[in-house]
Amino acid sequence: MSDLLTTTSVGTHQVRLDGPDKVRGRAPYAYEHPLTDPLYLYPLQAEIARGRAAHIDASAAEAAEGVVYVLTADNAPELASTDDGELAILRSAEIGFRGQYLGAVIATTPEQARHAAELVDITYDQDDHDVELREDHPAAREPESGSGDVRTGDVDTALAEAAVSIDERYSTPMEHNNPMEPHTTVARWDGDSLTLWTSTQGVHPARSTLAPVLGVEQEKIRIISPHVGGGFGSKGLPHADMMLTALAAQAVPGRPVKYAVTRQQMFSITGYRAPTLQHIRLGARADGTLTAFAYDAISMSSQTKEFPEESTKPGRMMYAGDNRRLTQRVVPLDVPVPSWMRAPGEAPGMVGLEIAMDELAVAAGLDPIELRVRNDPTTDPDTGLPFNQRRLVDCLREGADRFGWEKRNPQPRTRQENGWFIGMGVASATYPAGRQPGSVARIRRTPEGFEVSIGAADLGTGTWTVLSQTAADALGVPIGQVDLRIGDTALPNATVAGGSTGLASWSTAIVSAAQELRSEHGADPAIGAEAQGEAEANPAAEKFALHSFGAHFAEVRIQPTTGEIRLDRMFGMFSAGQIVNPSTARSQLIGGMTMGVGMALHEKGELDPRFGHVVNHDLAEYHVPVNADITDIEADWLDEKDPHAGPLGARGVGEIGIVGAAAAIANAAFNATGVRVRDLPIFGDAFLPT
Amino acid sequence: MGHSLHLTVDGQEHTLVVDSRTTLLDALRDRLGVMSAKKGCDHGQCGACTVLVDGRRLNSCLALALTHDGAEVTTADGLAPEGELSTLHRAFLALDAFQCGYCTPGQVCSAAGMLAEAADDAPSVVTEDLEGPVELSEEEIRERMSGNLCRCGAYVNIVAAVSRAAEESR
Amino acid sequence: MNPFDFERATDTAGAVASVADRPDAVFLAGGTNLVDHLKLGVAEPALVVDINRLDLTDIEELADGGLRIGAMVRNSDAAADPRIRRDYPMLSRALLSGASGQLRNAATMGGNLLQRTRCVYFQDTTTPCNKREPGSGCSAIGGYTRYHAILGASADCVATHPSDMAVALTALDAEVVVLGPTGERRIPVTELHRLPGDRPEQDTVLEHGELITALELPCARMGRSTYRKIRDRASYAFALVSVAARVDVDASGPAPIIRETSIALGGVAHKPWRARAAEAVLRGAEPTAETFLAAADAELEAAEPLEGNSFKIPMTRGAITTVLAELTGASEDLPETTTEDAHE
Repeated sequence: MSDLLTTTSVGTHQVRLDGPDKVRGRAPYAYEHPLTDPLYLYPLQAEIARGRAAHIDASAAEAAEGVVYVLTADNAPELASTDDGELAILRSAEIGFRGQYLGAVIATTPEQARHAAELVDITYDQDDHDVELREDHPAAREPESGSGDVRTGDVDTALAEAAVSIDERYSTPMEHNNPMEPHTTVARWDGDSLTLWTSTQGVHPARSTLAPVLGVEQEKIRIISPHVGGGFGSKGLPHADMMLTALAAQAVPGRPVKYAVTRQQMFSITGYRAPTLQHIRLGARADGTLTAFAYDAISMSSQTKEFPEESTKPGRMMYAGDNRRLTQRVVPLDVPVPSWMRAPGEAPGMVGLEIAMDELAVAAGLDPIELRVRNDPTTDPDTGLPFNQRRLVDCLREGADRFGWEKRNPQPRTRQENGWFIGMGVASATYPAGRQPGSVARIRRTPEGFEVSIGAADLGTGTWTVLSQTAADALGVPIGQVDLRIGDTALPNATVAGGSTGLASWSTAIVSAAQELRSEHGADPAIGAEAQGEAEANPAAEKFALHSFGAHFAEVRIQPTTGEIRLDRMFGMFSAGQIVNPSTARSQLIGGMTMGVGMALHEKGELDPRFGHVVNHDLAEYHVPVNADITDIEADWLDEKDPHAGPLGARGVGEIGIVGAAAAIANAAFNATGVRVRDLPIFGDAFLPT
Repeated sequence: MGHSLHLTVDGQEHTLVVDSRTTLLDALRDRLGVMSAKKGCDHGQCGACTVLVDGRRLNSCLALALTHDGAEVTTADGLAPEGELSTLHRAFLALDAFQCGYCTPGQVCSAAGMLAEAADDAPSVVTEDLEGPVELSEEEIRERMSGNLCRCGAYVNIVAAVSRAAEESR
Repeated sequence: MNPFDFERATDTAGAVASVADRPDAVFLAGGTNLVDHLKLGVAEPALVVDINRLDLTDIEELADGGLRIGAMVRNSDAAADPRIRRDYPMLSRALLSGASGQLRNAATMGGNLLQRTRCVYFQDTTTPCNKREPGSGCSAIGGYTRYHAILGASADCVATHPSDMAVALTALDAEVVVLGPTGERRIPVTELHRLPGDRPEQDTVLEHGELITALELPCARMGRSTYRKIRDRASYAFALVSVAARVDVDASGPAPIIRETSIALGGVAHKPWRARAAEAVLRGAEPTAETFLAAADAELEAAEPLEGNSFKIPMTRGAITTVLAELTGASEDLPETTTEDAHE
């Protein structure tokens, strides 16, 4: 157990420090840094899903007004490494997915670049492609980078002998992160040095990923990203757009090249949540206690680069049961490269599992909360370790009280108002409490106070604010004396804002730096004195299974004659350790739940198997929730500190808000209508007579 | 193919020569360096580019700049002249009505335009009595702000902020 | 986006002459659809004639009690006009259920009528589409059809018309006033839009160079009316199905009788769909749930859903019966349907 920091600012409401600039639109995002004489890039993209770009005729484009350069595989600079299939672009004529970059046009104005790109004539040799995920796909295999199967006891016998059982298939669709700020990179080469103003969840990780591909020493690359317009995982790993811009800019040394990915291009370039197929079988005694747990899942991956969407992850640790089997497979197809999207693995996994638990509750004649309570394990079923703080049951019970769960009639289709059926549903939430080693913070005494530097990222997560609060308490000064610097590789190394690890990792470095400053320079360091501190790996990870938990409660209404389904209200109760800033944490949790509403009711990338691309590739056709969809969502948390999370006792809350949210809504829809929807999203069609 | 264009943006006058294809949004961002208006989708599907043109909220991405020759354009930055935050700005800040901030200037402009529309008793699709006065209930605010997507999911707080600003400016 | 010439029209006849003179010229009104298409490469004009400064922004009362609405009146202004709110609430609601507040501030009455389909393949120049590129094929057939037609489609095109406003105007028997190079003509809105047949590239009966200058609504102080839109999210989404309905019930006799009605459907066809078969069932009948269902079924008898949008049949049926029940005050007591296994 580490010593917890004495907190003054941490734990209190603090208005976002970057807020005054953001409400006016003055905080510069990647595209918006004032730079002299920029050029504009527009990409060339494959219009087939598999084959070759046999010939690219760029002569008309090169002759067009304003065009400075046309980049293709024919003239692209060499790469030092081609290990990363997503980043190793423009190596050959081969095409692995529709939308793959085949080149780029650079011109004096954005209009000229886009028009010239249309003038490039590409001749294709088309091969047959395969973009359809199915359970019996012959190419299904164990992922190279997966967590491995789980096999304990005898699941088949336990299922056969179970007093109560369910055996169902669930699916989640292709979902797209769609942060409001499209992925943007501005690249400028000055000699052998590269500066990137880009939109990333981690400047240092992006640099260490790009440098070996470009064959440039890390020190020669500077990445600047003080403000990020949302990411939700899609800006966690550099995507091909960053490479394309960096490569193209080599042709015009000294001039910044700007490329903002269009919304349509984002659907094939910047990652997405891979669709999953989940076969879940649960067996229980008559009292609901689980005896058998079988979970076989498949997710779509890309021939270009593997990414397993491990929906079985939460199933490994959520519930008890002696006989267990979990298998995870991927099917590599001729599709764009999937990547992180808010709670990868957990978010789709807790759709299947938490609907299945609701079905088991119905089969066992139990209240779904009681079923979960009866299956709450005392130690982690996956590792056998004790939990840091497993307070799922507290979240379920407290949440039920606050939500008014006792008013729910367990009999479906029994509550009707003005022609609408109304129902309530519940689902559990969980997310690992990770902390990454390697972040470094530097603190320097200045005449005004303390300059605190760390290359962290704020993508709406509140980093500017919560790290300032952390530094204030670590230094024992008012927050006004803290001058935080983030989002620049010129600052000390920081790990990625991903996996809800940012806060725990970076705050550990800051607290450590403050301790160093005190031990090296005393309680009142002289102006100019500075010290660095580094976040080490969390030693508690060896001894405990570290997780956050929560419970979602949803009430929906469904119009049976038109099929319309709307959220009435939703409440989430969470256990996430110390909450550093109640304002920003509440926003993040509600934001995750709001995205969960989209997952439940709206979001689906329609991949047309004939063409191989997502055809509803814009924000008019790919629906995310609008303001009118979100009637009433509230989130709260248990008052606690996690002694095993780090010096703040805090666990990140970026992802847990979405985990389980969609299942709570699906379960509410069942309670409202008696219709069990197992394939997301829940469109109104499901409730109409066929 | 240059055409002369005159715009007043946040009180500042500009005369420039633009391509006929240039949208009002690109004229602001790429030509004038006015970055308060954001590009989220470039197709009128997200509202991040919302500005006030002669007092009315518009998607600047779907307007050719030349159509608005002579217009007075106000961005969220222009709603805070001399850096003095407006009631709306302050409500957005106090109620944490944003996270990443990218949709926020569009939300603020949209809210400003919407409050003026409601003050004129312009109905919305959820207004029960089309001919009656407009009461800015939460339901009304939600519907009227639905042209501005927020992927961070700040809607609950946006409604609270707009509601507070409406009360304070009454 | 191709380079194009830009001309700012100062008078209506001049605008018409400018466009009529060049086959590659287009009118630009609110821009909410055309600018979108310029960027996508769906529209590639060589001349854009901006009609935003034309004096077509009045709403005037007509001698017969109707209303004349200038083509350049913005959708939001029309929806808020006191006369439209009072006499044509269906139109006001249809306008207000379209797009968003800021788009309605830009979109014009004429432009809204002429907006093009939102079929994803039409908007994607990398896929075949007969409407965009005649003879290239229809990608929607066998593809993503959630927003596509169930009525009046053809083997060449299954697209739907996306306008809400046009559905209300169709139910209201409105007319458009059109100025062309050879003079003015009037076209009922019911005849303005075409079914796709084998010429899906032709959305309407307008000739190149013809400009809608006004809409005229007949006197409509009869019965009750409304507009109901079913969509996948609560706002800012195109209709899956919509219903514009007006019903006048004669309650003077022993049992109430539907004296007159007009109904139009959106989201189901290449044009706003006037539901004449449903109207015929309703006219003279007693307003009951059974009547409403019979009316809906009569209209949907000709429906031919695609793989992927058969849900639109029960959805349309439900929308029609719900709206009629609401307008007549009759019970919506339809036979209880079993949906337990709908998703098995």
